[in-house]
Amino acid sequence: MHRVKVRVVEDALDANTTIAEANRADFDRAGVAVVNLMSAPGAGKTTLLEAVLGPGIEDVRTGVLEGDVAGSLDADRLADLHIPVVQLNTDGGFGGECHLDANMVRSALPALDLEALDLLIVENVGNLVCPAEFRIGEDARIMVASVAEGQDKPLKYPLMFRACELVVVNKLDLLEHVRFDLDKFRYYLDQVHPDVQVIATSAYTGEGIDELRAWLAGVPARTGAAV
Amino acid sequence: MHELSVSSAIVDTAVKHAAGRRVTLVSVRLGHLRQIVPDSMAFYFDLVARGTLCEGARLEYEVVPARLRCEPCAHEWDVDAPAFRCPVCDGARVVVLSGEELEVESIEVDTEEAACTA
Repeated sequence: MHRVKVRVVEDALDANTTIAEANRADFDRAGVAVVNLMSAPGAGKTTLLEAVLGPGIEDVRTGVLEGDVAGSLDADRLADLHIPVVQLNTDGGFGGECHLDANMVRSALPALDLEALDLLIVENVGNLVCPAEFRIGEDARIMVASVAEGQDKPLKYPLMFRACELVVVNKLDLLEHVRFDLDKFRYYLDQVHPDVQVIATSAYTGEGIDELRAWLAGVPARTGAAV
Repeated sequence: MHELSVSSAIVDTAVKHAAGRRVTLVSVRLGHLRQIVPDSMAFYFDLVARGTLCEGARLEYEVVPARLRCEPCAHEWDVDAPAFRCPVCDGARVVVLSGEELEVESIEVDTEEAACTA
């Protein structure tokens, strides 16, 4: 018995990437564009979706895949909007995964009628680190940061703020109550992800919601999914 | 937190390449830009390796520095703090040359085959 070294040189997340590509192929076949919506817990992802999807996105049939560690609170809220919503829980194992990976999303696909959708929004588990590591087969990623979290977050969680095509700064209605300098936030964000697109919103007052809706409405066309 | 998933992925990759042989060492390259806590990864590695060919194997890692290149002006530099604008031309079109690795570089396995039968 002796030891030999075996050269491997393989991305450890290759398996996830392979499944993400399979998801992507299914999405493309069905002509549905997919957005991965990420943020820390409590940044307002679900409330933003309620604000955007309440009136609906014109001519874009939209569905939501809700990722949470446990429970169906968010899916129940969105079901009131009468759009297709599927809940995906990550609990089990060590108290629940902190992110969605490609395989979890894949396991939820049979519950969704992809052919009946133009846009699928996947609301990831609230977390500022982990979701950035796992592609799920999406076309675009949105990172939501709320002003209550503090202006320095791009510098502290650069991976998340880099792994997205759009940053939404939410809870603008709280600006007068918190020490958050929007210009400083934009400056820090620019350090981490130069020229990334930013939309400032308040799901409560409705500020910026039309702009976010328009951005989402444009995803299928930008990604070539048939509408 | 996702170190559990990352460790699982590392064990799976190592087991795949072990081809049934017992693994004694797994060498990993970790990019500086990945937000992975090595101690946490090592902790989970021991846990998820149990009952697999990697049980009892040592996990060693090398941190790969982050190096960037500005597309328009071709300036290349190492980056430590999160500052992704080109320090020379202030350009935004910057590519990451290294620092995003999460790679199983090699494994060491026990084998009964003779090293050299000449």
